[in-house]
Amino acid sequence: MAKQKTLREEFTKGIIKENPVLRLVLGTCPTLATTTSMESAIGMGISAAIVLVCSNIVISALRKVIPQKVRIPCYIVVIAAFVTIVQMLVKAFVPSLDEQLGVYLPLIVVNCIILGRAEAFAGKNSVVASAVDGLGMGIGFTVALIVISAVRELFGAGSLLGHALLPFPAMTIFVLAPGGFFVFGLVMACANKLAEMGGGKKAELGGCKACPMADTCQKLAKGDACEKEGKETVES
Amino acid sequence: MSEENKILTVSASPHRRTEDTTGGIMIDVIIALMPALVLSVVLFGFRSLLVVATSVIACVVLEYICRKVMKRNNTLGDFSAVVTGILLAFNLPSTMPLWMVVIGDAVAIVVVKQFFGGIGQNFVNPALVGRIVLMTSFPTYTNSFVQPFAWRMPNVDAVTSATPLAQFAGSYTPDGVVSAMNSSEMPTLAQMFFGICGGCLGETCAAALILGGIYLCIRKVISPRIPLYYIGTVALIMLIAGKGNLQFVAYQLLSGGLMLGAVFMATDYTTSPIKTKGKIVFAIGCGILTSLIRIFGSLPEGVSFSIILMNILVPHIETLTTPKPFGTVKEKKQKEEAAK
Repeated sequence: MAKQKTLREEFTKGIIKENPVLRLVLGTCPTLATTTSMESAIGMGISAAIVLVCSNIVISALRKVIPQKVRIPCYIVVIAAFVTIVQMLVKAFVPSLDEQLGVYLPLIVVNCIILGRAEAFAGKNSVVASAVDGLGMGIGFTVALIVISAVRELFGAGSLLGHALLPFPAMTIFVLAPGGFFVFGLVMACANKLAEMGGGKKAELGGCKACPMADTCQKLAKGDACEKEGKETVES
Repeated sequence: MSEENKILTVSASPHRRTEDTTGGIMIDVIIALMPALVLSVVLFGFRSLLVVATSVIACVVLEYICRKVMKRNNTLGDFSAVVTGILLAFNLPSTMPLWMVVIGDAVAIVVVKQFFGGIGQNFVNPALVGRIVLMTSFPTYTNSFVQPFAWRMPNVDAVTSATPLAQFAGSYTPDGVVSAMNSSEMPTLAQMFFGICGGCLGETCAAALILGGIYLCIRKVISPRIPLYYIGTVALIMLIAGKGNLQFVAYQLLSGGLMLGAVFMATDYTTSPIKTKGKIVFAIGCGILTSLIRIFGSLPEGVSFSIILMNILVPHIETLTTPKPFGTVKEKKQKEEAAK
């Protein structure tokens, strides 16, 4: 890491500036799939956040033990353990949520946000920083899901958290997949604007620097392969 | 500049410019749409004029607001928003609630057109996306069609009628189509040609749409290739599906949004291929998809979906059908020779 960030910065960056869904564009699949209703979105967000904090702590604690070459399988084992625990808890205490989320709950194992944070942050930073980073990212993920699901449920089903609100017929397309993409794109545009106003990096359009992982990309830092590819595409 | 200087001045190409402007082309399209608009008022009453007027005004206002908010130059002068408004309204039944029409306009103009950069930048036809969003959102409203001339009958609010395609739906076997055509509810072919059947307000009258299409071809606004290949492909497939029943083919060509789609939607400059070969591939693709959706799909009509799907494929069609410049060797041959 180029410059040392304070714990407070590590925590707040995940909410808007480096929001995992809206700015880093990770975990898009669960975002689109579970935001049809606010209830399932909250359930998904909290479950993923718990797994994220726990796995970040453990992976950070083990970062000096895990061999570099097999780190991804090791991360997955840790993450899978926590997902299993969360899944069992949800099945035992909120079976209705388990039914709603279906396959997306066990799929947290392969959620890009969790693996992404393990790879980009927890594997290099101290336990406390990793825990704070996980908490911030988890909250950012949950907030993004809640915002998207609120729009989709309100306009698509005419209700919020199951309470009917709209007096006129709702637009079914919002709860369908195309509506999900529309809302996702619009919320992403708003988040980009907010992040820019808050002094964040302006969202790039095209080229290697537009990659959401540009900040943590080692190849880009070295000016390696990625950069060359970018030049080639410009010339051709 | 004196005459001598004009001859001696060397300038960069292009040296000849056409007199055509976007505004002029769009006005031609609007003129071509007028017969169908007049007939829709005759068939479905002044309510259809209200739907069209609402849609046009909403499109123009939304386009103006969008350009202002995005700090881009004003493009109202090219009349493309007016065309989008008319086309979207033509795809809706005359009983559509007006606020829903405005939502469709918002999707077409704001989301599909202006978010992607305005005229010439939209990757699919805006009016069709507006229609599809309304169709998936409010199916009960977009699929209730009134009978023609119902507005003239006193004391009757609206008599709904099934479209010819809805009557064909699910019975695309040689025997099934015959019994569907012989049913008492099915309009005659002459009635269908002049639009006296249930349907969206602008799509029922094939005669008016063909008239508009001929006008556009004479004015060289569109080339007749896309409509002809599109309709021809549908005719061919339906001929096979109906085991050579020509009456059934005629019913299929005159029903639904095929004429409107083939003449006015599939020929949109931005979303159709530029070159002749590409145009033919595009039109045949539209025809195949439309027929497949009608025969095998769960929806009775598939013109809008098939045009949108082919719109998305246009960049690939363009790359695959790029003509070889005169005098050059094909890449494959070049490589082979290099290998030698």
